[in-house]
Amino acid sequence: MIDTERRRLLKIAGTLILGSMLPIIPCSASSPGRSASAAGAGRWGMVIDPRKCPAGCRDCIDACHAVHNVPHIAGPGNEIRWIRQVPFQNAFPDQGHPYLDAGRRDVPVLALCNHCENPPCVRVCPTKATFRRSDGIVVMDYHRCIGCRFCIAACPYGSRSMNFRDPRPFIRTVNPDYPTRTRGVVEKCNFCEERLAKGMPPACVEACGKRGALLFGDMTDPSSEIRRLMKDRPTIRRRPELGTDPHVFYIVS
Amino acid sequence: MIDQTSGNRRIEWLWVGILVIVIAIGVIAYLRQLQEGLGITGMNQNVTWGLYIAQFTFLVGIAASAVMLILPYYLHDYKLFGRITLLGEFLAVAAVLMSVTFIIVDLGRPDRAFNVILHASPSSILFWDMIVLTGYLLLNLVIGWTVLEGERKGVPPPGWVKPLIYLSIPWAISIHTVTAFIYAGLPGRSFWLTAIMAPRFLASAFASGPALLVLVCLVLRRYTVFDAGREPLQTLGKIIAYALAASIFFVLMELFTAFYSGIPSLAHHFEYMFVGIEGHATLVPWMWTSAVLAVAALAVLLIPRLRRNEAWLAAACAAVFVSLWIEKGLGLVVTGFIPSPTGEIGTYIPTALEIAITLGVWAGGLLILTLLYRLFVAVKALTEPVAVKGAGEP
Repeated sequence: MIDTERRRLLKIAGTLILGSMLPIIPCSASSPGRSASAAGAGRWGMVIDPRKCPAGCRDCIDACHAVHNVPHIAGPGNEIRWIRQVPFQNAFPDQGHPYLDAGRRDVPVLALCNHCENPPCVRVCPTKATFRRSDGIVVMDYHRCIGCRFCIAACPYGSRSMNFRDPRPFIRTVNPDYPTRTRGVVEKCNFCEERLAKGMPPACVEACGKRGALLFGDMTDPSSEIRRLMKDRPTIRRRPELGTDPHVFYIVS
Repeated sequence: MIDQTSGNRRIEWLWVGILVIVIAIGVIAYLRQLQEGLGITGMNQNVTWGLYIAQFTFLVGIAASAVMLILPYYLHDYKLFGRITLLGEFLAVAAVLMSVTFIIVDLGRPDRAFNVILHASPSSILFWDMIVLTGYLLLNLVIGWTVLEGERKGVPPPGWVKPLIYLSIPWAISIHTVTAFIYAGLPGRSFWLTAIMAPRFLASAFASGPALLVLVCLVLRRYTVFDAGREPLQTLGKIIAYALAASIFFVLMELFTAFYSGIPSLAHHFEYMFVGIEGHATLVPWMWTSAVLAVAALAVLLIPRLRRNEAWLAAACAAVFVSLWIEKGLGLVVTGFIPSPTGEIGTYIPTALEIAITLGVWAGGLLILTLLYRLFVAVKALTEPVAVKGAGEP
């Protein structure tokens, strides 16, 4: 979606912004989101290390939902979710077995849009309201979506939510920098494309900070932090057998 | 005779009056939905398609089933169907209009419906469904109207209609195949991810549609001057029996693969339908009703002595229609979402408003059908007064 010319501009802008911000971001030197700050990646991806998630921590979820004006609608089957916690055996139905330690089986694992290389949601959308950018991010055009929910049926990860009602009364504090949605459209994680454009890491990654459970970066750059980590640590993906080529990786060791 | 006619006219007005009231209630309920969004329905983040999309799916089948009259008459010169092919074509028109209305009613942003054309996406099955349904609607409107006009004037229909009629045969197959592809191509929904989805859809459609037509013919015989005759209904009964047998057979094939392979993701959905999972068993009584009705109807249709009795035939056809409506208009869509890809056992119970809207769309379609059949009967009364009166005599 972004042509090369614009990408190069973004890259320059991103580098400039990053350069100017480096001294004032306290943890930027060791931040897992540092590589993400270089806008204009070849292909964005994420690594999640569930063992580094402190029990009960919801910082990344709260940060994401605050930044993106995600409404808080209580009750089972009502939650709009961009990033959420799913018991391990639900996120990885093929990996659970009777001898797996019960704690491990039910340990909450972060689940979000996998920004698939081959996204079924994009394939089925009848209006191109959801599409894959050349940097791999699967985004939504909330102004084009007709609310048919074909994409929700197509997503094998439960990563999409429908605004069955007006979300605005359910937003705690509206962030004026990001649009709110109307009722009747679908929404989902956008890998913080609006922050990447400003050279900032995704909100969840920033909120996680030094805990390092979330890592974001350019998959095509072998020297990126995320790729170097994946060299040492074995990672798995959710339901890779479906051919979607998800780009969120989970460290298992 | 005159008394009977005026009595029938009263019944007809009563029928139209009821339809108009149901439509009005549906419109009011829909205005409420427009105001508040789909939140007024029982749909939720786990079960994101419900009654509306299920009705759409079922009605595409009813529309496609017109081919069960067209094909024997035009390809095999099965003359007995000559007098009722128009009933099938008009049924197809009403059914397509209903199914498209159900899609519109299901949209979160119906004001943007034209984005499907403005930003046409050939990779989406919905795009192709729009094309085949529009084409099928036009085909049946043009064919039905032209043939009826020819009958009124007492001349054979113009030659250019024939190719359109032949085209409508594969086209009917296409509308239900494409509709099945909406479901059968989704990687994460194992319940729908089956290569026999389209054959299953067609088999159940070729049973439920003709079953409705038999009932319609019996109603027309009772309340109008038009009598389709005994034999066409008997032939339809045999067609329904074959299609129903195929439909049941296909479902048994699904059950075998799911349970003999032992793959949990395949079996879970059928468990949800027929026994329930973790106490979630909303659909269980419905699905068993559907199964029992289907088997009982098949038995009645297979035993010649029962099938030849029109009371039994009518009962069997009603059973087929209800059974397959439950299977497709209720079970097929909802069960695809339960359990969800992340294992949630969702629940879905349609709300009163949602049911009112659903009934309103059905009533709208039935009103269109009534008007079209009214024209049909009027032309028949004009062109074959002796035949229809003779046949209508008890």
